[in-house]
Amino acid sequence: MTEFAAAGHSVSEAVAEQEAGSGKRKSYGRYVLGKVLGSLGSLFFVMVVGFFLFRVLPGDPARTLGRGRFKTPEQLEAFRAQYGLDQPLPLQFLTYLKTTFTGDMAESLRYRVPVSDLIIDRLWPTLLLVGISTVLATIIGVYLGVISAWNRGKPVDKITTGSTLTLYSMPEWWLGLLLIAAFAVGAGPLPGIFPTGGLHSVDAVPGTVGYVLDTALHLVLPILTLVLVYLADFSLIMRSSLLDELGEDYLTTARAKGLRDVVVRRRHAVRNAMLPTTTLIALSIGFVVSGAITVETVFSIPGLGLLATEALTIPDYPVLQGTFLITSAAVILANLAANLIYGLLDPRVRT
Amino acid sequence: MTTTPTSVAPAAQLTPRQVARRRRAQSARRTWASFRSHKSGLFGLGLLLFFVAIALLAPLLASSEGLEVTKATGGVLEPPSAEYPLGTDENGRSILTLLMWGARISLFVGLLATLISMIIGTLIGLASGFFEGWPARVLFRVTEWFLVIPFVPLAIVLATVLGRSLINIVIVVGVTGWASTAMLIRSQTLSIKERPYVERARVLGAGRWHQMSRHVLPNVMPMVFANTTLTVALAILAETTLSFLGLGDPTRVSWGTMLEDAFAVGAMTTGAWWYIVPPGVCVVLVVLAFTLVGQALEEVFNPRLRER
Repeated sequence: MTEFAAAGHSVSEAVAEQEAGSGKRKSYGRYVLGKVLGSLGSLFFVMVVGFFLFRVLPGDPARTLGRGRFKTPEQLEAFRAQYGLDQPLPLQFLTYLKTTFTGDMAESLRYRVPVSDLIIDRLWPTLLLVGISTVLATIIGVYLGVISAWNRGKPVDKITTGSTLTLYSMPEWWLGLLLIAAFAVGAGPLPGIFPTGGLHSVDAVPGTVGYVLDTALHLVLPILTLVLVYLADFSLIMRSSLLDELGEDYLTTARAKGLRDVVVRRRHAVRNAMLPTTTLIALSIGFVVSGAITVETVFSIPGLGLLATEALTIPDYPVLQGTFLITSAAVILANLAANLIYGLLDPRVRT
Repeated sequence: MTTTPTSVAPAAQLTPRQVARRRRAQSARRTWASFRSHKSGLFGLGLLLFFVAIALLAPLLASSEGLEVTKATGGVLEPPSAEYPLGTDENGRSILTLLMWGARISLFVGLLATLISMIIGTLIGLASGFFEGWPARVLFRVTEWFLVIPFVPLAIVLATVLGRSLINIVIVVGVTGWASTAMLIRSQTLSIKERPYVERARVLGAGRWHQMSRHVLPNVMPMVFANTTLTVALAILAETTLSFLGLGDPTRVSWGTMLEDAFAVGAMTTGAWWYIVPPGVCVVLVVLAFTLVGQALEEVFNPRLRER
């Protein structure tokens, strides 16, 4: 569901434009400072949105948070006092900032434990899923994109582009459902070889080799789902950035020097095309996280996504707020990291 | 997109309005001719027309009584048969009827949400590209933030706060999806702003409003149009995902809510493929159709892309 695959060229234009802009080149230190400040601004914005969505929009938060559990005015008052809702809004915001940064978040309405505990508990499966999937999807996607662009218009390109476009059009969780039906339940001649969901078998003993293998077996289908959908995104991005480079003079020069086609591709074209692709892939991390949330739901993997979608039915507002804050913060930090690396790779962006 | 001088040769006998109309018709014909050369775009257009026709004709093709659980005639999760070409759901309703009526909701939500994100995206993109100083920087920051933020957490937070209804889904999808449009419009505006004809207008004393509405906006519009079709595809995917997570309107049938129900009754583990596959295939086809048309339009409107 990345929005940039199709509109990819426009962002590369924007990058080019920045490059062509003011000639003053900053040092890497100032570039880092600018990016860090920008990310801090984004984090602050996330905090503000997280606060106001739950306090301002629905009217009386005591009613919304309590979901009609309070019958008497006294109960409402007690609830307001407990959550500090009787204080003025700016003071509430300060308290919220303080509790969020000290990790002392509100209690979940369902589990009756602080949201921060729940999040720490559920963080690892999601990190594992998103991390492995992003790395695999990037490698395979970029490779397919290169092959497809280099053989533009040939059957290889047509088949690759056709199938990646189809994968790109799929809701990732639907692909997950199909994979469950085909490889976990077994359809027709296919035997069900993978587990239908969960992260461990009930009889697995933590700390053994069997436990690790068991977890790996449980993660095959969810990771396959995410990789298939996002490699389509990344391959379309890479194809379009490489196509942008194909007409460039430096490639003609490289060929005129007598370099072999493979070398021209690897050492010259792909290196330059990777630059805009890196930015776009970094921007897509948020979409992989979104995808992981739905895929966790389908495969019932106890990560942040399942925590959030389970919280929906109650609805468990503190949990929703917490997962929103943590996923947004994680994506902003991942982007910051990608930007800093990008600044090292390509000095031109430091303008 | 310049007009060749020969096309306005008999201008002496024509009023300016006629000239303008003729020029517009000619440009539309040229766009169509260029679009026609994109086979994938034509395929997408055909697919799109098919689904739009189904959505519009749904009341004629299948009576709306087929949507009511109380009037369902089939058995529980019946496999496809002559009477129910795509089988039945857990309430005994025909899947085919649900699909046809679901097309209406899915397309409606997709188009309306896109309209919202187009309006927000175009306004913010124009403003942050055209103006200078801190307001533009703030707008750019906000756009960047929306671009980076993971869609599903933000959307489920918004949707739970607003409540479950069709119009709220439209709002949520529209409000979370405008950032890439704004980025595109901003970069186009930045490059158009520096062109000689805008400079000429500025020197002749044109105000910001005139420059923006008469020069920048008309030149950005084709890209907006191409981007719109791509955004509809994403909006439909977003609607499907939110409905699947249980945030859709419980009283309406869309492809997303169908898949939600199918997942809830465990259709993929019981082998009821006719409940899982058709709604998903419809989503894929419609999203693919919009994407193909959008890409073809982009190439038609953006000469830089056409060359390659």
